[in-house]
Amino acid sequence: MSGLALEFPPVSHVTEWPTIFGDGLFAVNKVVLLMWLSVLIVFGLFYAASRRSRLVPTGVQNLAESIVDFVRDGVVLQTMGPEGMSFLPLLVMMFTFIFLTNIWEVIPVAQMPVNGRIALPAFMGVLVWVLYNFIGIRSQGFFGYFKSVLFPPGVPKALYILVTPIEFVSTIIVRPFSLAVRLFANMLAGHLLLVSFITITTAVFTLGPSLVIWPVSFGLLVALTGFEVLVAVLQAFIFTILTAVYIAGAMHPEH
Amino acid sequence: MELLNVLAQQEPGELAEGLTAVGRGIVYGAAAIGPGIGIGIVVGNAITAMARQPEAAGMVRTTMFLGIAFTEALALFGFVLSFIVAG
Repeated sequence: MSGLALEFPPVSHVTEWPTIFGDGLFAVNKVVLLMWLSVLIVFGLFYAASRRSRLVPTGVQNLAESIVDFVRDGVVLQTMGPEGMSFLPLLVMMFTFIFLTNIWEVIPVAQMPVNGRIALPAFMGVLVWVLYNFIGIRSQGFFGYFKSVLFPPGVPKALYILVTPIEFVSTIIVRPFSLAVRLFANMLAGHLLLVSFITITTAVFTLGPSLVIWPVSFGLLVALTGFEVLVAVLQAFIFTILTAVYIAGAMHPEH
Repeated sequence: MELLNVLAQQEPGELAEGLTAVGRGIVYGAAAIGPGIGIGIVVGNAITAMARQPEAAGMVRTTMFLGIAFTEALALFGFVLSFIVAG
């Protein structure tokens, strides 16, 4: 190992960014700036697409319509059916925003997924939690909703001792937590993976005799970058479709 | 513990550091076993279903991703926990 200058940076070094301006709770660093940029891009994309909409879409309208089509056919109609169409704008926004905040991971200069910090995933997890509980209470009534969540029908009476606590924990506590952690951990893991391979590639490159294996590590780095693009799309899709599934579950009692 | 330090010819702090690293590895490794098997079962059955009924492939794929997401969450909890453990 003596010849190889292989030193992996600690996790805090690749996820914590220095403050650019502001202080205390409102300090703004690169991650926050990237998040604001994502908001602006999402708003700009759909505003530009709808401002001069034509029957035959061109340019940016094409892109926006294909996103809406994808979310409508792949998410809303698959999980909620036609009655879930009123949630289409929310889910389209959610999908686009999460995808953009993820894709910063592979874009040069930025190279930091906003969801690689827990703040934004945690906020969106809480948002989804409030949303589906609100919809459940609104469409089934307070007691009706909690009755259908905690006492699912078709279970022998004696088993409710076992089933009710499990249902309570899995529906009320674990759902927002797992939503947030799934997105966060996937993006953090991807970020660390890319950092590790970049470290290996530079270490091998600076080492003269091992130059033969440099294309291998570099090729793997390129392949992993492509893989991370796939992960960014997939995580945005999974977050959106789980939100849709939770809302669909809250709209109707189980039977 | 002291005997171990003497045997390994190192400072006490180094041993704790090394054990922390081992612990992290075990936490993540153990957490990845179950989801690894689980995702294999989910995807394998989804492929069987798609091969039997190619016209239902779209629906099967959506459900497969859902199943993967639920199963994978456990491994990711382990991943996060491996940073938290003896942080």
